[in-house]
Amino acid sequence: MINLIADLGAGLLTRLVQIGQALLMLLQAIFVQPKASSLPRLMQQLFVVGVQSLIIMLVSALFIGMVLGLQGYTLLSAYGSEQAVGQMVALTLVRELSPVVAALLFAGRAGSALTAEIGLMKATEQLASLEMFGIDPLHRIVAPRFWAGMISLPLLVAIFSLVGIYGGHLVAVDWLGVYSGSYWGNMQQAVDFNEDVLNGMVKALVFAFLISWIALYQGYSCVPTSQGISAATTRTVVYSSLAILGFDFILTALMFGGAV
Amino acid sequence: MNKRWLELSVGLMMVAGLAALVALALQVSGGNMSRNAEHYAISALFENAAGLGPKAKVTMAGVTVGEVVAVGIDPHTLMAEVHMKINSQVNYISIDSSASILTAGLLGEKYIGLTVGAEDDVLVAGDVIEDTQSALVLEELISQFLLNVGDNK
Repeated sequence: MINLIADLGAGLLTRLVQIGQALLMLLQAIFVQPKASSLPRLMQQLFVVGVQSLIIMLVSALFIGMVLGLQGYTLLSAYGSEQAVGQMVALTLVRELSPVVAALLFAGRAGSALTAEIGLMKATEQLASLEMFGIDPLHRIVAPRFWAGMISLPLLVAIFSLVGIYGGHLVAVDWLGVYSGSYWGNMQQAVDFNEDVLNGMVKALVFAFLISWIALYQGYSCVPTSQGISAATTRTVVYSSLAILGFDFILTALMFGGAV
Repeated sequence: MNKRWLELSVGLMMVAGLAALVALALQVSGGNMSRNAEHYAISALFENAAGLGPKAKVTMAGVTVGEVVAVGIDPHTLMAEVHMKINSQVNYISIDSSASILTAGLLGEKYIGLTVGAEDDVLVAGDVIEDTQSALVLEELISQFLLNVGDNK
């Protein structure tokens, strides 16, 4: 019995230590003196993390927008108000679906790759040899990847929303015959830039922070074996997804919770 | 991988992302910003404010000029006290204006319509509109209608 409680305490302490380590790693990686020579590395990471995620984002955004258009039309035409489909598609995308789905895809597409890459660097002792040269791997390896994630995800979310809205337009207006003017007009009446679009961007920033942090920490702290890397990659995707969904609820409650 | 091509594609992604944000601002939200523009607060006392809540529109001649901030009970008159904020640019609502609770469509959202009076004095912050017309409660209308039908028999 006493052992059980001791185990519980030990587990809690390990977790706390891990969180502390992750926080320290993050602080050391974020507060880097920006140098002109680190720009090419940031470019490289922006390409890997951002540009290479673009295709999957575009395709999913188009299909999600089309599904929303179709579902919205079927649902709303039962009440004879299919003109409101534009407003439904836009608000759903801008407020919720774009940040959340883009972040989940980002965690699977870019986060797992970051963990695996850094994990392998650790396993092949590349990080240790960098330290031997007197180069801090946190500055050299972790920082550009973190900032690349923070920059690319919000941009990807903006593209995601726009493509999704045009996907909804394709189905609702071009195929099902909703009047184009009411699609855009109702949308423009309902969507507020500060309240809806910018809040979506805030969500994107928070998710980018969470994903980059979790992915980099899992890679940096993984057990340097093949099983260790595979376990760390899995943990990145699982923890990121849970964090995204959990924080999405909290953020939504704060932003749109209707505090009277 | 050519370095120039890498930089070009990263640049294109950033331009596309920012352009998407601008398009969201212009095309999707129609430049609608909840500007924290200047407002002034007025209130109105209604017999019945059923269905009216915060953020409901306040319109004048069909044009939105403000929104409802809060709905509460006035402890002295026991009437519904509706606090509204009106755009400062609309500073020409005469003091004998009346407010009525209207419905967009038969079952749509409730909003306040202001009907401008004839006085030269205008409403300023803190003023109360007393000439009001209450919300239309569908159930009351139906029961009245049924009573009338019963009487006519």
